[in-house]
Amino acid sequence: MAKQIIDDTIMENIEILAKLALTCEEREKAREKMQEMLDYIDKLNELNTEETEPLAHTFPVENVFREDVVTNGNSRDAMLANAPKSKDGQYQVPKTVQ
Amino acid sequence: MAKRYETVIGLEVHVELATATKIFCGCSAKFGGAPNTHTCPVCTGMPGSLPVLNRQVVDYALALGMAANCRINQTCKFDRKNYFYPDNPQNYQISQLYLPICHDGFLEIRTASGKKKIRIHEMHMEEDAGKLIHDEWEDCSLVDYNRSGVPLVEIVSEPDMRNAEEVIAYLEKLRLICQYLGVSDCKLQEGSMRADVNLSVMEAGSGKLGTRTEMKNLNSFKAIARAIEGERERQIELLEEGKCVQQETRRWDDNKEISYAMRSKEDAKDYRYFPDPDLPPVVISGEWLARIKERQPELQEEKAERYEKEFGLSAYDASLLTQSRHLADLYEQTVSLLQQKEVAGAPKKAANWFIGETLRLLKDRGMETEDLHFTPGHLADLIVVCERGEVNNQTAKKVFGRIFDEDVEPVSYIEENGLKTVVDTGVLESIVEKILASNPKTVEEYQSGKTKVLGFLVGQVMKEMKGKAEPQTVNRLLMEKLQRGPSL
Repeated sequence: MAKQIIDDTIMENIEILAKLALTCEEREKAREKMQEMLDYIDKLNELNTEETEPLAHTFPVENVFREDVVTNGNSRDAMLANAPKSKDGQYQVPKTVQ
Repeated sequence: MAKRYETVIGLEVHVELATATKIFCGCSAKFGGAPNTHTCPVCTGMPGSLPVLNRQVVDYALALGMAANCRINQTCKFDRKNYFYPDNPQNYQISQLYLPICHDGFLEIRTASGKKKIRIHEMHMEEDAGKLIHDEWEDCSLVDYNRSGVPLVEIVSEPDMRNAEEVIAYLEKLRLICQYLGVSDCKLQEGSMRADVNLSVMEAGSGKLGTRTEMKNLNSFKAIARAIEGERERQIELLEEGKCVQQETRRWDDNKEISYAMRSKEDAKDYRYFPDPDLPPVVISGEWLARIKERQPELQEEKAERYEKEFGLSAYDASLLTQSRHLADLYEQTVSLLQQKEVAGAPKKAANWFIGETLRLLKDRGMETEDLHFTPGHLADLIVVCERGEVNNQTAKKVFGRIFDEDVEPVSYIEENGLKTVVDTGVLESIVEKILASNPKTVEEYQSGKTKVLGFLVGQVMKEMKGKAEPQTVNRLLMEKLQRGPSL
């Protein structure tokens, strides 16, 4: 497979998707890091996987279930303690619609 | 000359499952509740929390898949759908992309133009998102995660529908199946059934699909029908003007009856799906499938057919009685109680009460069949009392009203309120005589051939009896006395 190059178009798209606004310097640094990661992952292509079955999961486990029984009570206050801002028992976030 | 266009519609329907708990944690999945009182580290996406799949969700998805003639992926798994929005605390929704639990099914719908198969592309399990409220005062949004993690099955159809009538028939069918299976109550208003409409138009006969838009925020069948008509017209107008339809998500405003583009280019759909490493695959054995299959209840069509064959009801009556599983259950329980009491023609007698009175009262009170709460035994008792001629039809209907509203016990209610028909002909006869004596002119009219006045006399007797007489008996007694001549 051809080597994937992280160019400015890809960077721009990633910034939009991740809702990040990077400075030129930051962008260049991030681009280099991501390129390094991809190159490292490319190393996997050196392995011979012809005889290897595809995996759906890294561990040989399946069918881990819970029964449909309520085990959690109201822990609203403890949960909201994690929020930077809250109001009337709800998480307060920047306005999402215009 | 105007071109002719064909509308092509596919649906993505989300159904909230009727489980006690959420899909990946032990929080209550109940609708409502004070904001954030049904939340925990898992459903608010806290780092380090571990989702564990609710077995019941798989059972429900399998039941629904089987009822919709789907093939089952006996090995399925979960994937992460990544997007940033505050209704989604994890920044990804756990869903199924690569190996959804069910695929390649169909539902058969019936419309005025006959039967039609609507193919189902796939069904997958996923989690619901939280709810956002926009706070005008502080110019911010508030988030309630009670709904975050409530289990959903998304049913994706093929673009096989051509008009609003087919869409609504498909949704009705799906809703009925869910209700019969008990997997969801499918209330559009409460959001436990939500439909996104994918619609495009193409020149009739060209076979070339146009660009489609996706419409959201449709919370009633009427809104869906209006949105389909509105979007079809909007797209045709664009094409007629030589413009292009943009592939986009639009939000329907049912008050204004127009739709708005919801997302801009900045939010281009790119969900970067990848397998969820927290959740191991689900492997569904043959025994598991057999267990679900065995538990599948009789669905609406089979039930209606059985009512025709076994109970001798008309196809129309059978369809009315099976319009909801709850209604059908109450009906069947009433029939079986009547049969135990050896009431002749029980299925038809019970059907009359359900189709006549029950449906009329439901409409009158603005209630849904799901709101019915009377005990079938009470209706059965009332029917038995009627059979014995202990109350007349008029009174029985009134008593039924009380059963319908307050589930009163009819035998003691009739007793306590003195509603029993007076069968003692002695009492009745004396009243008949009294009425005849006080209406000599009417009696004369009758005897001179104006027999129509009999109705008036019957009415007078019934009034005197406070309705507790059998009109036929009153009729008979009056005629006997009148024909005996002017001996009064």
